Amino acid sequence: MFDILHYEFMRNALLAGVLVSIACGVVGSLVVVNRLSSLAGGVAHAAYGGLGLAVFFRWPLLAGAMLFSLLASTIMGSLTAKKKERADTTVGVVWALGMAFGILMIDLTKGYFVDLMSYLFGSILAVPGQSILFMAGLDVVILVSIVLLYKELVALSYDEEFALISGVPVRALYYLVLILIALCVVVLIRVVGLILVIALFTIPASIAELFTRKLSRIMVASSILGMVFTVSGLFLSYYFNLTSGATIILVAGVCYFAALAAKRLFVKKSPDAAAPQGARP
Amino acid sequence: MSDPKRIPAIEMAGVSFSFGEETVLQGVSLTVNAGDFVGIIGPNGGGKTTLLRLALGVLKPSQGTVRLLGDAPEKSRIRAGYIPQETSSNKWFPISVIDVTLMGLLSRRSMFRPYTGDDRDKAAAILKELNLSHLENRSIGELSGGQRQKVLLARALVSEPQILFLDEPTASIDTMGQDEIYEYMRKINASGTTVVLVTHNVGAVSSYIRSVACVNRRLFYHPDGMLDDETIAATFGCPVDIIAHGLPHRVYHAHER
Repeated sequence: MFDILHYEFMRNALLAGVLVSIACGVVGSLVVVNRLSSLAGGVAHAAYGGLGLAVFFRWPLLAGAMLFSLLASTIMGSLTAKKKERADTTVGVVWALGMAFGILMIDLTKGYFVDLMSYLFGSILAVPGQSILFMAGLDVVILVSIVLLYKELVALSYDEEFALISGVPVRALYYLVLILIALCVVVLIRVVGLILVIALFTIPASIAELFTRKLSRIMVASSILGMVFTVSGLFLSYYFNLTSGATIILVAGVCYFAALAAKRLFVKKSPDAAAPQGARP
Repeated sequence: MSDPKRIPAIEMAGVSFSFGEETVLQGVSLTVNAGDFVGIIGPNGGGKTTLLRLALGVLKPSQGTVRLLGDAPEKSRIRAGYIPQETSSNKWFPISVIDVTLMGLLSRRSMFRPYTGDDRDKAAAILKELNLSHLENRSIGELSGGQRQKVLLARALVSEPQILFLDEPTASIDTMGQDEIYEYMRKINASGTTVVLVTHNVGAVSSYIRSVACVNRRLFYHPDGMLDDETIAATFGCPVDIIAHGLPHRVYHAHER
């Protein structure tokens, strides 16, 4: 069963899956509790514009994607911060504009035959060692930020005005969250592709949110769930010869509905409410 | 340092505020003395919440100056406690009652550091005082409106603020729960904390407050807490019934001032 571990590309793919699971478990939890999943989707699709630009100018693709996802997330963040009710329109425009720009740039690139599919649905089996280093570095940055700023991030997410009055630099912190989302999107595009980014961002955290009511535990649980989904998805895609990114999402999606059903059937109240009084983790 | 009792809790001079074209507040001047219990009343949309956000420095006045506890609000607001309107916080956010309460100590801890064991003890103590200990580990979203409001009160009080702002704290609470919260306010005020209470419910607050500010774009201040029909009419646009039906504690001294 473990014969697939003999292949270097498979070991790389598994490692990449585990590393992105940590990143998107933590950042995805912030996305879910702050209801930012459409913004994350917008960032992912706008990143395609960056890929197109990178192709046109013969830049490294990662650099182009990163440039556009950072731009898209900070622009959308600043446009939507004040007028939350207009957020979906803004996100929709940036979403479509990024994609269109990318397609046009690739049209304009002479003699370039681009493998669209690998960006739309990911190519985890072709992850180079350099990307794995980038993912590991991103995990470190994310974990350090969360550990240092956990109480501020909780306050910002729960009650922004109260956080501001308590002396939290809410603007700077909000942009930090947006930047982390953008960086995660870039690495996720490698693994599951830009169309499926939102799924891997939101499904693990949404499952975790069903069973625990504490942000730190949601982060840990969704990182672990992400690892389970990517690793099992990879194995399934290998043995059944399926597209890896789509298989990973299929596993995650099935688990999501199974978790919803399990919660309905077996959990009457939230586990925190049922815990003995006075007990603290 | 000068005696904090002498410094007015809030000083506003010639404050105006507009959202784009729309003038929300115009020419507002107000001095709230330390230790006062001021009710800010007025119709919905009259600018009550805006006034409060100006006092806290969340909004900047288009004209005029605002001082809170003798300093710029951006500096001094960490010494204030604030209970925002029910609608402002993310009700479905996964957080326990004790963790919401701990948030009140955010201004007492520097960034990059977690809450201490001492902080947790303080939070637990204030929850006990408000008879909320049994809810400590419950998720905030599972509580009733009244319970949630008391948790937000605990969060505001845990830092022992010098001034306490409440924005419609009883909007979603039944009369019994309202009285409980108002009684607690009175206790806090008696211990020396300035209390600023925003409400559109004129009758309910009348026996608790010491002074009244009526806000409807302009501000009418009554340091003695007495209101007359003319002010009420000017504030609300039409005379309103200021008698609190069925409540044992009444109400305004009528217009013989």
